[in-house]
Amino acid sequence: MNGSFLSQNRSVFWFLLSLAVFVLIVTVLSEATGNGMISTSFVKTLGKTLCLMLVAIAMDVVWGYTGILSLGHMAFFGLGGYMIGMWLMYARIEIIITESLRAAAIPPTPEEIHDAIGTQIFGVVGSSDFPPIWIFAHSFWLQIAMVVLVPGLLALVFGWLAFRSRVTGVYLSILTQAMTLALSLYLFQNESGLRGNNGLSGLQNLPGLDAVPQAQISIAFFWASAVALGAGYVLFAWVVSGKMGSVIRGIRDNESRVRFLGYHVESYKLFVFTLTGIVAGIAGALYYPQAGIINPNEIAPIASIYLAVWVAIGGRGRLYGAALGAAFVSLLSSWFTSGGAPNIPLGFYTIQWTDWWLVLLGVSFVAVTLLAPKGIGGLFDLIATRGSAEGGEKK
Amino acid sequence: MKTLLEMSGVSVSFDGFKAINNLSFQIGEPELRAIIGPNGAGKTTFMDIITGKTRPDEGKVIYGEKSISLLKMSESQIAMAGVGRKFQKPTVFEAQTVRENLAMALKNKRGPFDVLLYHKTKRGAARIEELAETIGLTDSLPRIAGELSHGQKQWLEIGMLLAQDPRLLLVDEPAAGMTPAEREHTTDLLKRAAEKHAVVVVEHDMEFIRRLDCKVTVLCEGSVLAEGSLDHVTSNPEVIEVYLGR
Repeated sequence: MNGSFLSQNRSVFWFLLSLAVFVLIVTVLSEATGNGMISTSFVKTLGKTLCLMLVAIAMDVVWGYTGILSLGHMAFFGLGGYMIGMWLMYARIEIIITESLRAAAIPPTPEEIHDAIGTQIFGVVGSSDFPPIWIFAHSFWLQIAMVVLVPGLLALVFGWLAFRSRVTGVYLSILTQAMTLALSLYLFQNESGLRGNNGLSGLQNLPGLDAVPQAQISIAFFWASAVALGAGYVLFAWVVSGKMGSVIRGIRDNESRVRFLGYHVESYKLFVFTLTGIVAGIAGALYYPQAGIINPNEIAPIASIYLAVWVAIGGRGRLYGAALGAAFVSLLSSWFTSGGAPNIPLGFYTIQWTDWWLVLLGVSFVAVTLLAPKGIGGLFDLIATRGSAEGGEKK
Repeated sequence: MKTLLEMSGVSVSFDGFKAINNLSFQIGEPELRAIIGPNGAGKTTFMDIITGKTRPDEGKVIYGEKSISLLKMSESQIAMAGVGRKFQKPTVFEAQTVRENLAMALKNKRGPFDVLLYHKTKRGAARIEELAETIGLTDSLPRIAGELSHGQKQWLEIGMLLAQDPRLLLVDEPAAGMTPAEREHTTDLLKRAAEKHAVVVVEHDMEFIRRLDCKVTVLCEGSVLAEGSLDHVTSNPEVIEVYLGR
């Protein structure tokens, strides 16, 4: 990651610069650190958008560069959210219970506190015992490790089984859909140990920081998301540059030819799948504390399909395209579905965007795929054609 | 001349059609060998078996001093063991530059982490320059391979084959789409490679084979029909009947 890497990948520099400027603008306009022109809830929306951009560039590496159309990456994103959510819920309820029992005549034993936390968390699914998967929930650092390990291990095991059997193309896409559907259905069950369809909630309240206003918490998460996105961008730009990028693009274009050159294609796919799964998990761990709640619906198959749509509209095969696509489509989506867009009265029928947004999205997806396969990112080619005559950057 | 590759009693059938029928074949190192045969004689399947793309129903394929069986190895392991292949239809990575294509083929460690942490070396760059000169693509190194002409793609693929530094080169129709001068150059190249390595050339063009001036194996219906010098096999009545016609 030296000067030559940056000089060969000018898009990295421009992306980081734009991100820094954007963060600065939001910071000086936010309620906590600026003049308050941007509401706290909108800062949260922007922070969440940065997390979606991060998972979108991960998706771009898997799909746009390596040619694996994974329709299950939001499962890793959701799992990351669940892992951090477990600690957030446990630690916050632990503090509340310790406070309330302080006045008791006999000081409570640690077991009593633990049981009381269990009753509080699992009462909603008619239970009070901690399932074994909550064994590390009391420890921030262990649970942070789980944010990386759980999505990473799932991606590793799933990828190993799928790639080893040489499942490719549409069959692999179907398999990844099945994975995220199975996981989502499993988590919907109360016995899954993650509160069934209730999911984990109250995640916006950080343990021990009750006195800190949400305005400050939201801007801190916004910064953290921006740092994660910047770091993720540099990481992936580095991975897809140089010889690694050459090999994975070779796998995308002609898998068997790469094999005959002596590369073990399955290892490369597994590496990319697992690395992007881990990054998706980290993105999710930053997203859900800003969303406040996670439930199994978040990892329903449709979520991963949306992810693919963002990347397709943004322009796959280039990281900034995927990032812009995710930001553009997800922000537009929340504008249309939250009633921000004015309805269009046609006299005989009124187009209500809350209903018609999906139709618009579907039509745009088809239009982009057919008419502008390079997506939003392709617009930059028009600007860059002048500069690239000297052969500065290829991607 | 030691034997590098030995196939014995190999048979493959696809849906009942015997593509390879009890085929036995040997090649030494160094050696140059041409394979001819009518369409459907099993020439491409023969290469598929050696490179691990197709698994035979029966028979043995033994390679190298340690007499390892190629049948238990994956395509990438076989390639790493020193078997390189040039396909009939030139298959280069069209979205990447000529330099990237050659760099990918260059003999180096092939693990994902080796490749991720790979640094361009002076030696590697010099080797790429050298290869580019051999295949006449020095000026085209920064070009996207998809822009090359058919003949240039053939050259690039030959360059990628040489870059792997294999012990056994399987070359499928190297001269297709080349001008007479380029054919001559290809002949020289293959002959030079065969001074140290084992080279198997599949070709239809008799003139090209004559210029290679090497032992010829005639395949027909999945087995060896005749073997020997070109004059020897072309005077064989059976060969004349099935291949040379009339």
